[in-house]
Amino acid sequence: MSDFISRGFARRRRAPDDASDRLPPGQYYEPGFPVLTAGPTPHVAPEDWGMRVDGMVRNELEWTWDEFHALPFEEVPCDIHCVTKWSKLGTSFRGVSVDVLLADADPQGGYATAYSYGGYTTNLPLPDLTGGKAWVVTEHEGNPLPREHGGPARLLVPHLYFWKSAKWVAGLRVMDHDEPGFWEQNGYHMRGDPWKEERYWND
Amino acid sequence: MERLTPVEQKAPGAWQIGTVTRVKQETPRVKSFRIELPMWMEHLPGQHYDVRLTAPDGYQAQRSYSIASSPLDEREVELTIDRLEDGEVSPYFHDVVVEGDQVELRGPFASYFVWRGESPVLLIGGGSGVVPLMCMLRHRRRTMPELAMALVYSVRSGEDVIFADELGEETILTFTREPPAGWNGHTGRIDSELIGSAGLSDAGVFVCGTNGFVESAVELVLAEGVNPRQVRTERFGPSS
Repeated sequence: MSDFISRGFARRRRAPDDASDRLPPGQYYEPGFPVLTAGPTPHVAPEDWGMRVDGMVRNELEWTWDEFHALPFEEVPCDIHCVTKWSKLGTSFRGVSVDVLLADADPQGGYATAYSYGGYTTNLPLPDLTGGKAWVVTEHEGNPLPREHGGPARLLVPHLYFWKSAKWVAGLRVMDHDEPGFWEQNGYHMRGDPWKEERYWND
Repeated sequence: MERLTPVEQKAPGAWQIGTVTRVKQETPRVKSFRIELPMWMEHLPGQHYDVRLTAPDGYQAQRSYSIASSPLDEREVELTIDRLEDGEVSPYFHDVVVEGDQVELRGPFASYFVWRGESPVLLIGGGSGVVPLMCMLRHRRRTMPELAMALVYSVRSGEDVIFADELGEETILTFTREPPAGWNGHTGRIDSELIGSAGLSDAGVFVCGTNGFVESAVELVLAEGVNPRQVRTERFGPSS
C-alpha cells in the first residue's frame, strides 16, 4: 500500500462501534439497501417462477413456487457487501439452502452458473455454494423479497460481493469449468471475496 | 444481456496518484475535476474510476465516479461529482480539493454501461446521471458526429443543468420543479410524449439516474416496444 495521504481528509462517516470490524477493506457502512441493476427490472410473478438445477448433474430438478415452499426454509442473518463499496450489516433473509437443492441432483462438476429471468448470469465454484454458504431466498427482513431486490426469489451468497447473489434467479447450471458470467465478462473478478478485495480483473 | 460480446479490454492498472489540473463549478452542487494521470489508459464512454482517500490515521474511503471526458483527451480524465450532504468523498472533493492537489485513483472500470459506437442511440439522464452520458455525447461529437444520438435530460431547476453550455440540438431538457424564466420547452417528469419526441424508440437506450428515475424511464421506454435487452441502466442512491 502506498503511503499517500489525502490533504485535509478525515473520516466523516462511522459504522456503529460493534460493526466496524465487520466492514471489509474499502467498504462503508450503509443503513439503507441501494438498488443496482444493469438493465430493466424483470416482472416475474410467483406463479410463473420456477427454480431449476441442471447441467452436469445426475438428476435435473425443477421446483414450482409451491413445490419450492415445501422445502425446508431457514432464517439467514447476514452482512452483505456490494462491490460499489457499500455494506449493509445485520440484515436477514429467508430461504432454502443450496445444499438442499443440490442434494438429489448429484452434481458431477465443480462449478456452477447461476442464471436469472432477464438474462443475468454469474459464476461460482461449487464450494462457494455448498456447506451452508448459499441460499435461494424469497423473504427479506420478514417481508416478501421486493421485485427491485430480485423478488420473487434471488440467490444469496453473503460471503462474496453481492453481484454473485443473482436477483430473479431461475436456476443453477452445474459445469465442469468456471465460465465468466455477466459482470465477470465485464471487468469484475471471477470469485469476488470482499475480505480479499477481489473487485476487478487481476485483483 | 448475455448476448453482448465482451470486447478486448486491458485490465485496469494499479492505484495511481493524479494531479487536479482544473476545477469547474458546474452547478451549486456539482463540480468537475480534470485530473492528470501518470498511468493514463484509454477508457470506454460510460466507464468509471475508483477514488480512494486516505486520512493521516490510515482511515480510507473509496467511491466510484463516472468519467465525463472523451477518451480523446489523453493523459487526463474529468470526473464530475455531485455533492452528497451525508457523503464522505464528494464533500471532500467539493470543500477541500483545489487545482494542484493530488488524488489517488484507479481505473477505468466496468464495460457494460458503455457506448461502443452503436447508433441510433437514446440517452436518458436524471440529475447527475447525465455524467456518463455526457462522456458518450462528447466522444460522438469528436469522432462520429453524423451518428444519431439523442439525450433526454431531466433536472429540477434552471440552476441544476450540468454541462449547460455544451448541450446542443440533440438534447431535450425538461425541468421538474422550476424552469428558468422564459422557458417554453418541456416541464415535469419524463413522459411517453417526451420519449417519443426523441424519435429513437427502437434504438439502444442508456438510462442513468436515481433508481426511481431509472425505473420510471425504463417503463416508458419498454412501453414504446424497445427490446429490454437493448436497455442498459446505471443507478445510484438515494438508497431504499
